[in-house]
Amino acid sequence: MSRTIDAVVSPTQTNTIPADISGQMLDLDEDDDLEVFSKDLTLADGNMFNASMPTSPGSMVNQCKFEEDEESDSKDIFITVDNPESHVTAIETFITYRVLTKTTRSEFDNSEYEVRRRYQDFLWLKGKLEDAHSTLIVHPLPEKFVVKGMVERFNGDFIETRRKALHKFLNRVADHPILSCSEDFKVFLSAQAWELTTYKKQGPGFLSRMGETVRAVANSVRGVKNRPEEFTAIQEYVEDFSNKIGSLDKVTQRIVKEQKEYLEELKEYGPTYTLWSGSEEELAEQLKGVAGCIERCCKETEEQVGHLSDTLVPVLHEYVLCAETLKAVLRRRDNIQAEFEAKNEALATKKVDRDAESSDLGFVWGSLLGKNPEEARHQRQERLDGEIEELKEEIDKLEDRVEWANNALKGDWGRWQRSMRGDLKSAFLSTAEKNVDYYEKCLAVWETFLLSQRTEPSEETDRDNTP
Amino acid sequence: MMADSGPEEIAVIGNTDLTSAELENNIKNTMVEIEKWTSLLRKMEISVGEAEKRTGKNTVNMQEIYTVYLIETRPVDAVTEGIIPAPDSLWRRYSEFELLRNYLLVTYPFVVVAPLPEKRAEIVWHKLSADNMDPDFVERRRVGLENFLLRLASHPVLCNDKIFYIFLTEEKGWKEMVYETGFQAKADSRLKAMNAAFRVKNPDKRFTELKHYSDELQTVVSQLLRVRARVADRLYGVYKVHGNYGRVFSEWSAIEKEMGDGLQSAGHHMDAYAASVDDILEEEEHYADQLKEYLFYTEALRAVCRKHELTQFELEMAAQDLASKKQQKEELVTGTVRTFSLKGMTSKLFGQETAEQREAKLQVLEQQIEEGEEAVKEKNTESDEFVKTAWLDIEHFKDQKDRDLKEALISYAIMQISRCKKGIQMWTNAKECFNKM
Repeated sequence: MSRTIDAVVSPTQTNTIPADISGQMLDLDEDDDLEVFSKDLTLADGNMFNASMPTSPGSMVNQCKFEEDEESDSKDIFITVDNPESHVTAIETFITYRVLTKTTRSEFDNSEYEVRRRYQDFLWLKGKLEDAHSTLIVHPLPEKFVVKGMVERFNGDFIETRRKALHKFLNRVADHPILSCSEDFKVFLSAQAWELTTYKKQGPGFLSRMGETVRAVANSVRGVKNRPEEFTAIQEYVEDFSNKIGSLDKVTQRIVKEQKEYLEELKEYGPTYTLWSGSEEELAEQLKGVAGCIERCCKETEEQVGHLSDTLVPVLHEYVLCAETLKAVLRRRDNIQAEFEAKNEALATKKVDRDAESSDLGFVWGSLLGKNPEEARHQRQERLDGEIEELKEEIDKLEDRVEWANNALKGDWGRWQRSMRGDLKSAFLSTAEKNVDYYEKCLAVWETFLLSQRTEPSEETDRDNTP
Repeated sequence: MMADSGPEEIAVIGNTDLTSAELENNIKNTMVEIEKWTSLLRKMEISVGEAEKRTGKNTVNMQEIYTVYLIETRPVDAVTEGIIPAPDSLWRRYSEFELLRNYLLVTYPFVVVAPLPEKRAEIVWHKLSADNMDPDFVERRRVGLENFLLRLASHPVLCNDKIFYIFLTEEKGWKEMVYETGFQAKADSRLKAMNAAFRVKNPDKRFTELKHYSDELQTVVSQLLRVRARVADRLYGVYKVHGNYGRVFSEWSAIEKEMGDGLQSAGHHMDAYAASVDDILEEEEHYADQLKEYLFYTEALRAVCRKHELTQFELEMAAQDLASKKQQKEELVTGTVRTFSLKGMTSKLFGQETAEQREAKLQVLEQQIEEGEEAVKEKNTESDEFVKTAWLDIEHFKDQKDRDLKEALISYAIMQISRCKKGIQMWTNAKECFNKM
């Protein structure tokens, strides 16, 4: 069951911005109202603006369906990432993946798209999404390079792992009520290669992004002064979570390693029984039986390790990256608030300046330039007043930006926690199930062997078994 | 150059099918019967109880710590009116067991004497220390010593040995008694045995095959035990690392509201899983000990083969000696010199001997031939006896080995089944906890 929610958010209007976007329902189910707010994403060109401006209300007129639980029967977009292919050019070699989209959303012209994308393209998309929604939680991408180990970029396993992670990334974006409405996202899914290249070249230039970064650095150095309690709580949680998930990641990788080493030894163990059977007569069959059991258990062990590597390891790793994403999101939120606080302080200083008696220095300076002291003071007042007005306007905008950022984050936070729980629960469940299955299969192997031993015509029962 | 001699005098025993299959079987059955009657176990219970540490001065007058084992015996029919009397007991240390075994080896060379458990822990995996004082090791050795005594007590020949009986029943003075038997003098020197092994010409093929088999068995079982120890080591690692899950889940559950309970209880199951491996591997150690016993048995098998080679060799030497004496006599009588001899040469150079001298020599030779024939007959009988009794015991051993190892393999399968069942239970529990997350 899905509810169409009209999320009208505008800093200039006086509507209260819903604190938790993902779950609330505004009571606007009269038909005429629905008409007004049509699902028209041509307004959603907010991605093309200067990133330092708050997200314009236009982009937020999203008639995206807000699902509380991602039910697949109400999903209207299906994306798969598959079919890696390697491309060789004069300059470089790289892999592209096929991205297949099937959708019924009206903002897409077609219902099906098939494009090829390389890792760089995914990076670009993630960057754009984060720029546009700096305090929303974007699912992490697989890492650029494998941090540990000497895995080549073109190793089959590496490519497969990456493909799965990229697939998950796109699907998470598609599931996100706000992010999936992004124009960049749409272009990513639908544009042909050359179209994408052209599209990428638009948008805020390098310099303006530089400016943003410098400002961000400056603000982070300064630090935020009055962080709301709830965000401090979230930050503490993220710290702890980051540690725990990091530990789990390490433990799981260690288990995989130990299991693999166990498997190696086990592979040599069975043959020793076979070797022995060659010297025996009566015992030969039984020894070969044991050897066979051990061999079959080897196969099961191999499968079990594979499952662990395919299912649990990638998920834990993803959430290690998520933790880093969360930290970054919190930092960005802090920066936004810091900027706001800085401007406020600047305003206060200016006001003090203006209200202060004419400083002697100014008076002296003015008289040196041959100005009338009265006039000089008046000019100065006017100038300061103007600056103050400008500042006030900026501050208003920043204030809205802060509130918007906070609400976006709060909303997404709940959402993220739910999907984190879901992901980790299902990964651990799957692991436990596989382990049960593994032991059950091994049990069957040994029980079969035992049965074959017990049903042998027992010459032993005729004899008195004195040791 | 071997002289051809009369067929009867030299009965060099090659590989012959001494008995028909039925006869062999009859003897086997008789052995089992004898076992039933004379087995010491029919008369008394034997067990090796505790172990204790003692200090004392050793042969070079230095302080040493050693372990002693309590041997308890009780007559089987001692239970009267429901009252079980206390067992008789005495303390013995490992070196006394060794002495007993060496005595038996020398005194009954045709018997495959049960081996002792390891003096030192040899094939270990990391959890098991090679320390002789380690309580687990001492415990396993105790079991091994009890097993050793039980094997002796159920052996049709050995169980009747007086020294063995006194070992079980009288603490003081036993050592002196053993030495008084002078068994050490009877022991064949290693050099003598090796020499015989090289030079023997016609050993019973079955013993040669047995020697090969025991070498093979030693090789394969050693390898099996080594790999098993490595596998155990790795398995230990896998289980123990899961213990870390327990710790981290517990810590993580503290910061989660909804998942907290599920995580916490899952963590406990992970701890239990990690801890379960200790018992599992301890049990497997007993399986390894069973295999080790047969590994050590190969030495006893080889000892019997060596004794056969020695007796066979001595027989061949006696026969050869006899043949050469007869040869000499013939030459003396006929005057022909077929073989080179110093006498022949000197007589050629310095002239023939007188008739009286020849007559004297002839008499000596005839005497020697008579003695030689006696010797050969004796050695023949000895060798025959040995082959018969040894092979009987070997057949007995083979059956015992097949039975025991079959049981061991079955018990191994049962251990694996038990481990799998435990695993299923633990992970099912964990799964339920994860479900609650």
